[in-house]
Amino acid sequence: MGSLRLAGLTKSFGRTEIIKGIDLSVANGEFVVFVGPSGCGKSTLLRMIAGLEDVTTGSVTLDGQDITNVAPAKRGIAMVFQTYALYPHLTVRDNMGLALRQAGVSRAETGAAVDQASTLLDLNPYLDRRPAELSGGQRQRVAIGRAIVRTPKLFLFDEPLSNLDAALRVATRIEIARLHRELGATMIYVTHDQVEAMTLADRIVVMRAGVVEQVGPPMQLYNDPSNTFVAGFIGSPRMNFLKGRALGEQSSIMGVRPEHLSITFSGSAISGSVSHVEALGGETLVYVHTEPHGLLTVRLFGEHHFSVGQAVGLTPDPARVFRFDAEGRRLR
Amino acid sequence: MAARSHPGRALAAHAVLIVYTLIALFPVWIIVINSVKSRRAIFGAPLALPTPATWDPVGYTTVLENGDVIGYFLNSAIVTIVSLAMVLLFGAMAAFALSEYRFRGNTLMGLYLALGIMIPIRLGTVAILQMMVAAGLVNTLTALILVYTAQGLPLAVFILSEFMRNVSDDLKNAGRMDGLSEYAIFFRLVLPLVRPAMATVAVFTMIPIWNDLWFPLILAPSEETKTITLGSQVFIGQFVTNWNAVLAALALAILPVLVLYLIFSRQLIRGITAGAVK
Repeated sequence: MGSLRLAGLTKSFGRTEIIKGIDLSVANGEFVVFVGPSGCGKSTLLRMIAGLEDVTTGSVTLDGQDITNVAPAKRGIAMVFQTYALYPHLTVRDNMGLALRQAGVSRAETGAAVDQASTLLDLNPYLDRRPAELSGGQRQRVAIGRAIVRTPKLFLFDEPLSNLDAALRVATRIEIARLHRELGATMIYVTHDQVEAMTLADRIVVMRAGVVEQVGPPMQLYNDPSNTFVAGFIGSPRMNFLKGRALGEQSSIMGVRPEHLSITFSGSAISGSVSHVEALGGETLVYVHTEPHGLLTVRLFGEHHFSVGQAVGLTPDPARVFRFDAEGRRLR
Repeated sequence: MAARSHPGRALAAHAVLIVYTLIALFPVWIIVINSVKSRRAIFGAPLALPTPATWDPVGYTTVLENGDVIGYFLNSAIVTIVSLAMVLLFGAMAAFALSEYRFRGNTLMGLYLALGIMIPIRLGTVAILQMMVAAGLVNTLTALILVYTAQGLPLAVFILSEFMRNVSDDLKNAGRMDGLSEYAIFFRLVLPLVRPAMATVAVFTMIPIWNDLWFPLILAPSEETKTITLGSQVFIGQFVTNWNAVLAALALAILPVLVLYLIFSRQLIRGITAGAVK
């Protein structure tokens, strides 16, 4: 129940190719996150899986059944939208039950399914309200409930947290993770936020310009990125890229994460001056201007005091340095 | 909102609007007060209010006795309401197709449909008359309804497609995921959200139709198909004009359009769609 396969999927609008050949398998019960900068085609890919966009070439297979040309409602897929997309004229109860009623399920069965979903999401007090009478977080829970009610083979989430404020975003993120554990359903989630990707995913699919750059579990992408794009996209603050030749290295680019750079005062490989300090309490981010590498970020744990303009030396952890060639490909 | 604006500016804005309102209402006011005055009083003091001495509802009795005024009213109402319904339905459907679906020639089709805003339909009167004669539709209300539907569609398509472009794609896609047909998405999701635009289009479409004298005169001048605007003209003669009757007929003609306007303006104001998305 719920294994998805994409084979040679492409999408063109006129002559512009948006999706340039995607092959991907998602196992039953897996939580896969599509991540990438805006315009990389991740939302288009999600809509192609949903059936809301035509597939130019290639196929979409769900549970061994080719659904490339099946109508969206007949695919056994539910989707949660960024803007919630609740029906304004229906109550919460009717919003959640509409899909089942459309599919010809009896009123009693629909009611039971809605009750079950609303209990799961703590929506019982709001069942008779209209979307306009709910807060943003409640609306997003209704949107998730609308998806759950259908007991789909596959859940699709299109940037569901983007319209929520920071605190609510964390709470809803935890909620989605809990739902995934309890329902055990296959979920595909699109976001441009790498923190959401890292915290929710079993596997992350990093996309750029319609192409999959790398697929793997979060920690694999963090510890073993295959190119500079993935290395820079996964991890926050983003990875520092140093000019390898200037350090007497064979590789032209050297990547070091801010947490793997330390500030040293003797025998440092790199020297520079502090240009800005961000003290966050639990950690301190020090921005150091260096020649010829430019601005480098150092992440120190705990409180540290540096003054702007202070001369410092930087030493990378030799075990945690990634080497890339001039095109950004990883050298192993 | 009002608290923030500058009081002087608000005052000036209100003054301008009040002056405009008075100018706009003045002819209507003159028609209504004179319609219940005696002929002598109409000419003696046209701006004076009716007094017991000058009170004379002869206009209304003439109108209701002479000619089939009720019939004229019904004709006008049928023509206006049916045309309006067709303009709104087909205009909204065309606008939905233009704004929602990608197809070859989409932009060209939109421009073609909007062209009618710039070309007055009366330029085609002769051709329309020939067409109606050939189709055997002269002296029928159908002829008027067809012409008015054609006349109203360009603006309706133009305004509604702009509004429909602003309806959230996510909402329509959610409907598709839930198994709503394209018709259900159009009628149940999109139309309620563009209701204010529909009301605007309705008002702009309805008033010229109700007031039109040109096409009823040319296409449907028979006694059975006269509209109220045309029917009122029987009281205006080349040599003698029965002003009491003309004013009474015009005063009566204002009423239905006023009622329709009130219905639509309520829709204009109603904002139940707020908070649908975001």
